[in-house]
Amino acid sequence: MSLTAENVIRIAHLARLGIDTKDIESYTDDLSNMLKLMAQMRQLDTEAIEPMAHPLDQVQRLRPDAVTENNQRELFQALAPAVEEGLYLVPKVIE
Amino acid sequence: MHTKSISELARGLRAGDFSSLELTEHFLGRIKQHPKLNAYVTVTEQQALAQAQAADKRLAAGDPSLLLGLPIAHKDIFCTLGIKTSCGSKMLDNFIAPYNATVVDMLNAAGTVTLGKLNMDEFAMGSSNETSHYGPVKNPWATDCVPGGSSGGSAAAVAAGLAVAATGTDTGGSIRQPAAFCGITGLKPTYGRVSRYGMVAYASSLDQGGPMARSAEDAAILLQAMAGFDAKDSTSVDRAVPDYSAALTQPLAGLKIGLPKEFFNADLNSRIAAVLEAALAEYRTLGAETLPVTMPSLKLAIPAYYVIAPAECSANLSRFDGVRFGHRCENPTDLTDLYTRSRGEGFGREVKRRILMGTYALSAGYYEAYYIKAQKIRRLISEDFKRVLTEVDVIMGPVAPTTAFAIGEKIGNPMEMYLADIYTIAVNLAGVPALSVPAGFLDGKPVGLHIIGNYFAEGRLLNVAHQYQQVTAWHQHTPTL
Repeated sequence: MSLTAENVIRIAHLARLGIDTKDIESYTDDLSNMLKLMAQMRQLDTEAIEPMAHPLDQVQRLRPDAVTENNQRELFQALAPAVEEGLYLVPKVIE
Repeated sequence: MHTKSISELARGLRAGDFSSLELTEHFLGRIKQHPKLNAYVTVTEQQALAQAQAADKRLAAGDPSLLLGLPIAHKDIFCTLGIKTSCGSKMLDNFIAPYNATVVDMLNAAGTVTLGKLNMDEFAMGSSNETSHYGPVKNPWATDCVPGGSSGGSAAAVAAGLAVAATGTDTGGSIRQPAAFCGITGLKPTYGRVSRYGMVAYASSLDQGGPMARSAEDAAILLQAMAGFDAKDSTSVDRAVPDYSAALTQPLAGLKIGLPKEFFNADLNSRIAAVLEAALAEYRTLGAETLPVTMPSLKLAIPAYYVIAPAECSANLSRFDGVRFGHRCENPTDLTDLYTRSRGEGFGREVKRRILMGTYALSAGYYEAYYIKAQKIRRLISEDFKRVLTEVDVIMGPVAPTTAFAIGEKIGNPMEMYLADIYTIAVNLAGVPALSVPAGFLDGKPVGLHIIGNYFAEGRLLNVAHQYQQVTAWHQHTPTL
């Protein structure tokens, strides 16, 4: 199975990932090659096989609903590109 | 001092032959002498000197920790409080971690001195260290060659004597392949054995941190300080940690070694095969028995991996959005432009390729055909390992199809690079532990022997590697810099 440039543009949009126009062709080729590789998986009948999400088939642990962390908003927001009065700043979303 | 083992250094510190401060200054000096290897992204000199002085006080007070006062370094994927944690990416070039990874906390508690942060493929995606934003690491054995990846900085630093030992992470071979290319001992533990808290996530169901060291004996000491349950990692396994050093001395008489036909076939490079055969002969001399085994699902490990890893990466890396931390583009026109351009500018080509692949595999209509199918194959692969490991104690084989290749040789052909992960990837899909030990040289470049064991059999693997290192000297060779 091969992808088209339009497919790649759509996937990049879904991922909110900027890609240079000049690179679209090579990403299209690379992804098409990867899909050819993945097509090998179809050789195997896996109808009765249960998918494996965790190597030890362990389930996610639950913990008591108790506060265990201190609020460190200032420390974490010090890493942000733009903050004001404890809020993260982004371009205006709603006019 | 930089070629001594951890136990030799621990004895030297206690005998007063040198202090931790002197040892740390020695390593800092070597790092400054060899900047061309490009093994370090950040050198934390002032912090290292302060940690060394604190260690000297603990030593004077009789603290018995074997790692106390020993200078090590961390792969730049582990968060280090107050220190840049770049993950090899422009995206995190400005990221000063606000907390320590659990592994870093545990090694700090054991008294190690942190020399700095080690170079790596961007977000651990690569097998050659060439995808790093900070440029490729050079292999200390042949500086025109790659050190392997993604923990290439860790492997090169240990091999070149720029750290006593190092941490690494392995999602598809990223500890074992660079360990093989640089002639050191590197162990990927069982999934869940070492905490992933504070380790920047690539593919969460595969990622696992582990030790990279000069010998199995050193790796055992390092793993002892890294392993254990962590409530902060939801996939951490709550299971007692055995005494890895105590397990090293067990004799190998009667050990059953499985040799998968799928590894030892016509595709295996004949010169690598000859090196492996010599290693297997040593094992037979030590009393081990080798048996052919078959693992038919191994042939689908690469396609399954290159679905699962990109799918999980596309989800994990969606957190890098230019809002809360990391790179942000200039003058975004709207929110979509902010996300799209920040991510487009912050990520390199290989990371973008995997995000695109993963996004496609998870998109509506394809999830069943790719991700679920790959997870089913993953179960078949793990069943192959489980079955074979009831017949034999360990599995052996090659780590990589070649020795270290030239910088620039494969980076233009991503498929070729992916296919070179053929011997390491299935181990991550199954979640079993595996290590690489130096087993010889071809054209002056190291060759690694791959030893794979059952879940939580890290002690057995280190034992099998250590006994080999008692009768061979491959791990003691050092490159001329």
